[in-house]
Amino acid sequence: MVDARGYSCPMPVIMVQKAVKDGAPQTLEVLVDNQCSLENVTRFANNQGYSVTSSQEGEDFRLVLTK
Amino acid sequence: MKRKINPWLPVTGVAFGVAALLLAHFGNPGNMGFCIACFLRDISGALGLHSAGVVQYFRPEIVGLVLGAMAMAVIKKEFKTKGGSAPATRFLLGAFVMVGTLMFLGCPMRAVIRLGGGDLNALVGLVGFAAGILVGVVCLKQGFSLRRAYSQIRTEGVILPAMLTVLFVLSLAVPALFKQSTEGPGSMAAPWILALVCGLVVGALAQRSRMCMAGGIRDAVMFQDFNLICGPAAMFVTVLIGNLILRKFNLGFADQPVAHTDGLWNFLGMALAGWGCILLGGCPLRQLILTGEGNSDSAVTVLGMLFGAALCHNFGLASSAAGPTLNGKIAVVVGFVVLLIVSLLNVAKKEK
Repeated sequence: MVDARGYSCPMPVIMVQKAVKDGAPQTLEVLVDNQCSLENVTRFANNQGYSVTSSQEGEDFRLVLTK
Repeated sequence: MKRKINPWLPVTGVAFGVAALLLAHFGNPGNMGFCIACFLRDISGALGLHSAGVVQYFRPEIVGLVLGAMAMAVIKKEFKTKGGSAPATRFLLGAFVMVGTLMFLGCPMRAVIRLGGGDLNALVGLVGFAAGILVGVVCLKQGFSLRRAYSQIRTEGVILPAMLTVLFVLSLAVPALFKQSTEGPGSMAAPWILALVCGLVVGALAQRSRMCMAGGIRDAVMFQDFNLICGPAAMFVTVLIGNLILRKFNLGFADQPVAHTDGLWNFLGMALAGWGCILLGGCPLRQLILTGEGNSDSAVTVLGMLFGAALCHNFGLASSAAGPTLNGKIAVVVGFVVLLIVSLLNVAKKEK
């Protein structure tokens, strides 16, 4: 899981990029705490061939990336 | 592979371009409908933080951008007060971004506006800006980070927007309290209500689109994501078409409004700005928009830029139409050294 809460752009995308590059996981959970990071991580994941579902948990967002 | 574009980006770019043309047409300096660096410098002068008599005016555009972004963030429930991510470092970086932009005479957005008016010096500046971004991208790839931010009490996110608002109202109600240029760029201004409305509209749109010049080039290089760059591209096309229609397009290096022709220092100034913007996570416009969203780290960055503007004019660092100064060249070199130190000190150690 990538916990990118508290980080602003582009750090959440860099963290996800590293996780994808290191392990090429079939599924990956990502936590972010702002709408901009949610959009950027979603766009990056889509561009990498992942489908993304997201849900709001209080102030945070949980994304599930699936290959 | 399907690449989605945020539809707000071209809308923001066109609105930014139209606003820039309108503001220049109704009184702002040429090719300076919007310039975040120039306008923060003017505000710094209006507050008496520097004594350069030709660049002192409390620019309503800046207040509009912050308040427009804040209003949109509140409406969309995106106003969140966050901060604590290396604020002193951000203050320092903000100051040196200002040193770089005032060497060139414009923020990255003004560089695009200048290019749309035919000013080829801006092309040199933009190439420098991109070079600085590439250096910043190398830092990011090596693990550079200013660490995470934390939730803060709401007042932290409201203080700078409130201060700007109060000072702006005071500048209208009791103008004698503020410095006001009677000649030079600071004396050239569109009517305040037009400037404020343009700022509000562009600020609100920039909040929705996340438009950022530095981020656009960074994302294209790092992630092959060309989404963000669509905003400045739309702005360039709008300004270019507008200038051609208004017969204000003047292609060349010489005789451009509020610009100089020293290519090396235009390049190096904007390279410093580009590197600094990447370390900060966004260009000067983005810092204003994030300030409106309640980000107190960006508020500190904006204060750093105001401080940097004061230093630039008190110490003779800022360029003029006559060209760069020796002090300015030294300051840019010092800026590169400072950014290198900041970059090295903030690269996370690799886990063993």
